[in-house]
Amino acid sequence: MSATMKSLAVAGAIAAAMSAPATSANAASKEKCYGVSLAGKNDCAAGPGTTCAGTSVNDYQGNSWTLVDAGTCETMELPNAADGSKRTGSLEALTRDVPS
Amino acid sequence: MLDSTRQFDRLPNTPGVGYKPQHFKQLCDDPDPVEWIEVHAENYMGDGGRPRAQLAALSERFALSIHGVGLSIGGEMPLDVDHLKRLKALCDWAKPASFSEHLAWSTHGSEFLNDLLPLPYTPATLARVADHINQVQDTLSRKMLLENPSSYLVFAASTLSETDFIAEVVHKTSCGLLLDVNNVFISSVNLGISASHYIDAYPINHVHEIHVGGHDTQTDDSGAPLLIDTHGQPVDEPVWELLKYTLGKTGPKPVLVEWDNDVPDWPALQAETKRIAEVLAA
Amino acid sequence: MTSLDTFRMGLLDPGYPVPKGLENGTRQAAGNRYDVYRNNVTHSLIAALRTAFPLVYKILGGKSFDTLAPAFVRAHPPRSPLMMHYGAEFPQFLADMPELSKFGYLADCAKLDLAFRASYHAADTVPIDPTVLQSLPLDVLMQERMLLAASTRILRSNWPIFDIWRFNNVADAPKPTPQAQDVLITRPEFDPQPYLLPMGAAFWLNRLGMGDTFEQAYDAALAATPEFDLSKSLIVAFQSAAFCKVQGF
Repeated sequence: MSATMKSLAVAGAIAAAMSAPATSANAASKEKCYGVSLAGKNDCAAGPGTTCAGTSVNDYQGNSWTLVDAGTCETMELPNAADGSKRTGSLEALTRDVPS
Repeated sequence: MLDSTRQFDRLPNTPGVGYKPQHFKQLCDDPDPVEWIEVHAENYMGDGGRPRAQLAALSERFALSIHGVGLSIGGEMPLDVDHLKRLKALCDWAKPASFSEHLAWSTHGSEFLNDLLPLPYTPATLARVADHINQVQDTLSRKMLLENPSSYLVFAASTLSETDFIAEVVHKTSCGLLLDVNNVFISSVNLGISASHYIDAYPINHVHEIHVGGHDTQTDDSGAPLLIDTHGQPVDEPVWELLKYTLGKTGPKPVLVEWDNDVPDWPALQAETKRIAEVLAA
Repeated sequence: MTSLDTFRMGLLDPGYPVPKGLENGTRQAAGNRYDVYRNNVTHSLIAALRTAFPLVYKILGGKSFDTLAPAFVRAHPPRSPLMMHYGAEFPQFLADMPELSKFGYLADCAKLDLAFRASYHAADTVPIDPTVLQSLPLDVLMQERMLLAASTRILRSNWPIFDIWRFNNVADAPKPTPQAQDVLITRPEFDPQPYLLPMGAAFWLNRLGMGDTFEQAYDAALAATPEFDLSKSLIVAFQSAAFCKVQGF
């Protein structure tokens, strides 16, 4: 692609993106809702519970374990054949500091 | 409306609550609010987002106690210097009126076990705990309060009573104390000692804060009652009595209700603070 | 071995005998009093795992999750007092379980849960005004470096990971159909949101995240994925507030 064609393509893409509805992530207009009633993620607490989770030796024992009840995995019906693409999945944490 | 510019340099001698994120709105909208709250330090060590935003907003309205659950002061290994740095950063940012931690350990080797585990009381563990507290106080440039544990068993190796151990720690470090009277009651039932004798032997003049909370009742192998420190139900009557007894010796102190499991709606927590206020006024 | 070493040994091993040297208040062996600590450690870690992986929990169902959770927490206790970071090994743990081999997507679901949680606790950033891009001369923009918001996470999956998330979180969402999907997670304010990425956009965003200029990332994305659509990719990036600032502005 020539430099001119590339410039045209990029300028066109930006213009198209701008004209798309709701492209502005207008965070400032949203209510600052840090009071919503969601529990914290993984809060720790002094003095945990009283079930017998720590003392049972009859937990998952390798190959003897089977699914004992069905969550949504049974209803989704996603066969492993879905893994058609050979692309490598990867999780990449992109945390770059914002220059001050 | 509270003055958002006022400084909270000490916890008031009034009821406080262990803060839970689901209570944010009711806590802030309460027409007769508590004056102070306590949060677990480790939950606010993220880089940003809702937890930090909530804490920033709350610290403008309430005096703040930061209560660590992860420093492992009673552990055998050196304190986690990175964790101590995070703690300093949090205290420098949130400027709490008080910082407290536990007479317990939770880190062993490279593992964090997410519970407050017990230690034997010996001259060797005393020296180590005192060193750790001195290191914390030097790093944070502030006095810390040490909280007594709830006990389910004792170490045969212990040569000091818990109250003597704590008194010696205070002597060696000049730290303050957070006296959890629910923990005293639990330990007294579980170990067959007198709760009032414990309070009598405890270095009561160094108490800066008091905890109450709920416990569960089970039994041990021999059928003896075994109280479990669940923080999952209302404060039990004998603990209110022990609070009265303790306040009779200390005079008015900041008294906090802890409710960490099966956290109820705000009114149930509010009722506990009203009860604390009654005991404080008596 | 020190007394705390001994105390530690049985905490995550229910078959380990109660350590010696522990007593009740009357010098009798501690017996099941030690189990209180075993239980507190194990129970608290399982509870943390449940909170940490809501999508996996929902897909497996509570009983199955709670059955496999003890094996995970015993094999992988936390390495830090910051429980908000707990569970990094969970995706691999799920992938390695032969019993779960017919649910090949579970590991990616666990990665999605991890990404949501990391985004939730990430540093606050201010999104850029998209019109900044238009206000720049094109030759200047081409040499600019876009900064991704600290809360941005990108997950590339061989599975319909966005549809799986939606099926489990949005009422009346359609069943996932077999296809590979890439997801962008951002936190415009306090709650992380997933966005389905068009083809090639994940690669493009990763290149921008690694410090490529606008032009370098565009060239690389087109080379890697001929179908790469800059316009569609920009729309998602702006909708999600993935860019926090153009360097130098």
